[in-house]
Amino acid sequence: MATPINRQTEMTLVQAVTDALRTKLTDDETTLVLGEDVGKNGGVFRATDGLQEEFGEDRIIDTPLSEAGIVGTSIGLAVNGFKPIVEIQFLGFIYPAYEQIMTHVSRIRMRTMGRYGVPMVIRAPYGAGIRAPEIHSDSTEALFTSMPGLKVVCPSTPYDAKGLLIAAIEDPDPVLFLESMRSYRAFKEPVPSEAYTVEIGKAKCVTEGQDVTLIAWGAMVQVAQKAATEAATRGVSCEVIDLRTLYPLDRETIAASVQKTGRAVIIHEAQAMGGLGNDLLALINDTSFLYLRAPVARVTGFDVPVPLFALEDHYIPTPTRVLEAIQRTVDF
Amino acid sequence: METEFPIYRILDDAGQVTDTSKTDLLTKDLSLALFTHMNRIRTFDRKAINLQRQGRLGTYAPFEGQEAAQVGSAYALQDKDWVFPTYRDHGATLTFGADMVRTFLYWNGRVEGCVPTDELHIFPPAVPIATQIPHAVGAAWAEKRKGSTQVAVAYFGDGATSEGDFHEGMNFASVFQAPVILFNQNNGYAISVPIQKQMHSETIAQKALAYGMPSVRIDGNDVFAVYFTMQKALERARSGGGPTLIEAVTWRFGAHTTADDPSKYRDQERSRDRVDPLERLEAFMKEQGFYDEQEIETIRSRHQEEVEAAVKTMESFPPPDVNDLFDHTFATLPDDLVRQKTDYLTARGN
Repeated sequence: MATPINRQTEMTLVQAVTDALRTKLTDDETTLVLGEDVGKNGGVFRATDGLQEEFGEDRIIDTPLSEAGIVGTSIGLAVNGFKPIVEIQFLGFIYPAYEQIMTHVSRIRMRTMGRYGVPMVIRAPYGAGIRAPEIHSDSTEALFTSMPGLKVVCPSTPYDAKGLLIAAIEDPDPVLFLESMRSYRAFKEPVPSEAYTVEIGKAKCVTEGQDVTLIAWGAMVQVAQKAATEAATRGVSCEVIDLRTLYPLDRETIAASVQKTGRAVIIHEAQAMGGLGNDLLALINDTSFLYLRAPVARVTGFDVPVPLFALEDHYIPTPTRVLEAIQRTVDF
Repeated sequence: METEFPIYRILDDAGQVTDTSKTDLLTKDLSLALFTHMNRIRTFDRKAINLQRQGRLGTYAPFEGQEAAQVGSAYALQDKDWVFPTYRDHGATLTFGADMVRTFLYWNGRVEGCVPTDELHIFPPAVPIATQIPHAVGAAWAEKRKGSTQVAVAYFGDGATSEGDFHEGMNFASVFQAPVILFNQNNGYAISVPIQKQMHSETIAQKALAYGMPSVRIDGNDVFAVYFTMQKALERARSGGGPTLIEAVTWRFGAHTTADDPSKYRDQERSRDRVDPLERLEAFMKEQGFYDEQEIETIRSRHQEEVEAAVKTMESFPPPDVNDLFDHTFATLPDDLVRQKTDYLTARGN
């Protein structure tokens, strides 16, 4: 039977994650899925739903409740012939594994001059906006983008989620794969049935514009797009860049856009202090300072712990706050 | 718990055989092989301290006093097994087959010193405490998944048992029945903190009870007890019997590192009164008629020459290559890192 060409299925982001996992579990028998509740329960967000029935308990592994244990053990598996795909239930629960990631996952290639690599993917749902309990809503990506030796990826669409996750699993180096909980079931789009990759390290211009560049990732891409739509009705043309990879940054795409528009607004859920927005500011400063017509604006969470959910709508950047920032840069 | 986990020994302090069931196994060949490794690593260790004092080596972590524990355990391994050492286990890795020049290079701040000798699975020494334990469990689990009979050994000290990674590694090892040996060297001190302040439990071996894991407490200064206990644990692991925790009770004669003054926290004169594991083995060998002065003298001078030659090679090693600052961060360097490297090198005329 001939393989159907360009077959596509409408999927949510979380379904695209499952599809990518299934694709790689099928074509690479060294892949393993490890995590808390990933087996019978299919993961707390159902990202691994059905995989244990399909691939067996031996490859879809319910682990003890032990983040450092999961990541630490996966290092041993990774240097000895396997490709562990680890699920950390929420990014806010990754901190016990931070030492393993900081002192080993990200350094073993360097320390052994390439003798050992750690081909590991750590998937972690992140972000606020779904009325989750405390600590379940963190956006601490900058703790990891500032960690040499680790790539950090954050898709905002189902298509990119599948392509980037396959690319992450095929990458010889460790990748932290951040999945916006708010985007998990936000919308569906056609996703090709076959295997494909989206290159790590490449941003995507999702809306072209002339006046202001909006830079966002994960759930904030939709916030930026809503603000761009509203700005258009006021006669301001915004270009929206979906960063997609948080390390390494796509210098060329960002610089080209900012040099065209002369204005930029960076949007992220994380705190302003130490946030990735500051590295983007530095990048714009390094590449495009003389093109700027206004100071670069940031719309971020505040320098407070992510609040309990009754206050989260005040914490998360909104289209209104982004619009205000766009207006400030235009009025400058 | 000290009665439930008695210290197993084959030789007493004077080198007399206490476990006569093993007498036939204590051959001249085995004695001489273990003596040779112990003398070799001691020669290395003392030289390293001297070099550090002369400013020819960086801060160094000596292991004198722990030679029986390190040699007895590593000598029982097979070539294809995995070793996950700490920074104080280069006696074990040298015994296993690590390159001596590279071991010196490591202590001289050279990344080349982390690269394992070809064909040997030796992880770079773990500097954070206990983090290597889950690594060993994972590597062992991988061997089990492949259906091989190879195992992994994690080396760690008494202080490491207070870390979460020790307990998480123990738990994973037992849940997944990984063929791993958790080899603890209880040398009584974590830098300055004595074991009585480190834990309320009387032994480290008893901690395995909580994980449904076999464990044993042994005299870590009796090289035969270490070797035969390790062999038994390895056989269990290779035949599908899962992990074992071994508590080898030993003593670090010297400082935590060359940057430490142990007299600040203990009586170093009394510390030196402990029975030296090498002298104990020598006493046994003399008693058995295995100790030929001339043969021993030949071994000693061979080790002196080997160590001196390794130092010479280390000191004439090519200078560090600045490319190595960048090149091994990723399999393929991201553009931004290539730019940082190029900018730095270009500015310096490279």
